[in-house]
Amino acid sequence: MLKGKKVIAIGERDGVPGPVIAECLEGGGLEVVFQVTECFV
Amino acid sequence: MQETSNPVRIGIEGVFYSLEHVPELVRFGSKPAREIAANSNLDERLTGRLRSFSAAVAYAPHQVFIGNLSPEELRERKQPWYEYLIDGAAAKGRFGDLVGQESFYALLAQADQFKLVSFDEAWAAYQSNLFASPKPGQLKSAGEIVGLHQKGALPLRSGGKLVGGFEEGHVEDVNLSAEILLENLAAKATAAHALKSLCASLSVDPGEIDHVISCSEEAIGDRYNRGGGNLAKAIAEQAGCVNAAGGDVKSFCAGPMVAMVHGASLIQSGVCRNVAVVAGGSLAKLGMKFQSHLEKGMPILEDVLASFAVLLSAARKGQPCIRLDSAAFHRVGAGASPQGMAEALAEAPLKKLGLKLTDVDCYAVELHNPEITLPSGSGDVPRANYRTLAALAVMRGQIKKEQMEEFVGERGMIGYAPTQGHIPSAVSYLGHALDALRDGRIRNALFISKGSLFLGRMTQLSDGCSFLVERNES
Repeated sequence: MLKGKKVIAIGERDGVPGPVIAECLEGGGLEVVFQVTECFV
Repeated sequence: MQETSNPVRIGIEGVFYSLEHVPELVRFGSKPAREIAANSNLDERLTGRLRSFSAAVAYAPHQVFIGNLSPEELRERKQPWYEYLIDGAAAKGRFGDLVGQESFYALLAQADQFKLVSFDEAWAAYQSNLFASPKPGQLKSAGEIVGLHQKGALPLRSGGKLVGGFEEGHVEDVNLSAEILLENLAAKATAAHALKSLCASLSVDPGEIDHVISCSEEAIGDRYNRGGGNLAKAIAEQAGCVNAAGGDVKSFCAGPMVAMVHGASLIQSGVCRNVAVVAGGSLAKLGMKFQSHLEKGMPILEDVLASFAVLLSAARKGQPCIRLDSAAFHRVGAGASPQGMAEALAEAPLKKLGLKLTDVDCYAVELHNPEITLPSGSGDVPRANYRTLAALAVMRGQIKKEQMEEFVGERGMIGYAPTQGHIPSAVSYLGHALDALRDGRIRNALFISKGSLFLGRMTQLSDGCSFLVERNES
């Protein structure tokens, strides 16, 4: 359903980092146009 | 518990924490400064939600931070803590203090060697106990202070009144702008206060300290040496450590743990007899989440700078100490998933000592006060970290899944540290850990810190460092 969609992945320091989210999504056929990890504290 | 045969222990002489309550500097925090520049109405709204010094002193998490209340007692207190203040709370704690804004201004003036900060002489006369020995040119007429402000100096206020100005250090160098230098001087002044107070509390002559390591987060330097550093030596000088050398150790929020391992290693190797590890407060983080606090009708809780100083030396019998042979770092290839971080920073140091996750009585993790972070949707950071540790213990078969909450409750604590980056990162618990180890309430504690290296846009990696603290029984 999501294959081929463009996505933005925002990860978090104390949760799941951006590159990990991106890798999972790319494995599912999505196109990650931007990924970043942020620290919210 | 199976112990290794040759433990390497470095003594922890003591720790001192300080909270400088600076409500009228919140507007200079990175987030408030940007938002107020875009919408000047926010300035008045923010000012209307600032706390008094007495409210900051009576705020339960602050009382835990300076040692007058235990983390266990905090868990039992009714929330919101900013409404259920502690009657009769003191600004002096067993291992820390709260400093009022006027006293902080005096610390800033004492730490200034470049005529950056000056105050209204009439106002300073009312604070004569604080400004007893001003440097030449530091006190000016009210008209001169207004003139400085008009020429671009940052306005320093007290009770809403303009009482001082902070000037730039160079006309063209953005690294020496008033905003940056105020951050840097605030870090120096607060760290020096913590170090001086630590020496006084331990009856140690500052001249006896061999080496000072600063893990403050500020980038000290000019345009050719941005972040060049060695704030440590400036702090050592300000604290009267005339025989100390110094250097900086940085790794974002992981800095304090990394610095303590470096300091302990200098002692273990015989390079130094003792090392002080210090950090000043982060002015940039004041008011970081002020908008969500305004939206929720809360006071602005990020109104304090936080600093600390720890003194390390050769371990004596019965003394709480760092198990240097447990020290673990997050390695380049370790992976940054929560599980990968927990394996590298909790499991790895314990494995070195032949211990399991359930052999640790207490874990010190990121101890951010959830009352500050939850309203902005940033979650309960300590709880998330404790649940990850509990999940790892389940994966390793050390506890059952239904025991996760028990693990979190028994070996964790509620967060109480201000969102000052490097300060909440485990080191905030050291004072309570020393008490609990001395009176036998815990056998050990694992200190775990994490650093967000990716924020500097040089790598996607995180960082981290950890070590076990226990009593020296040998």
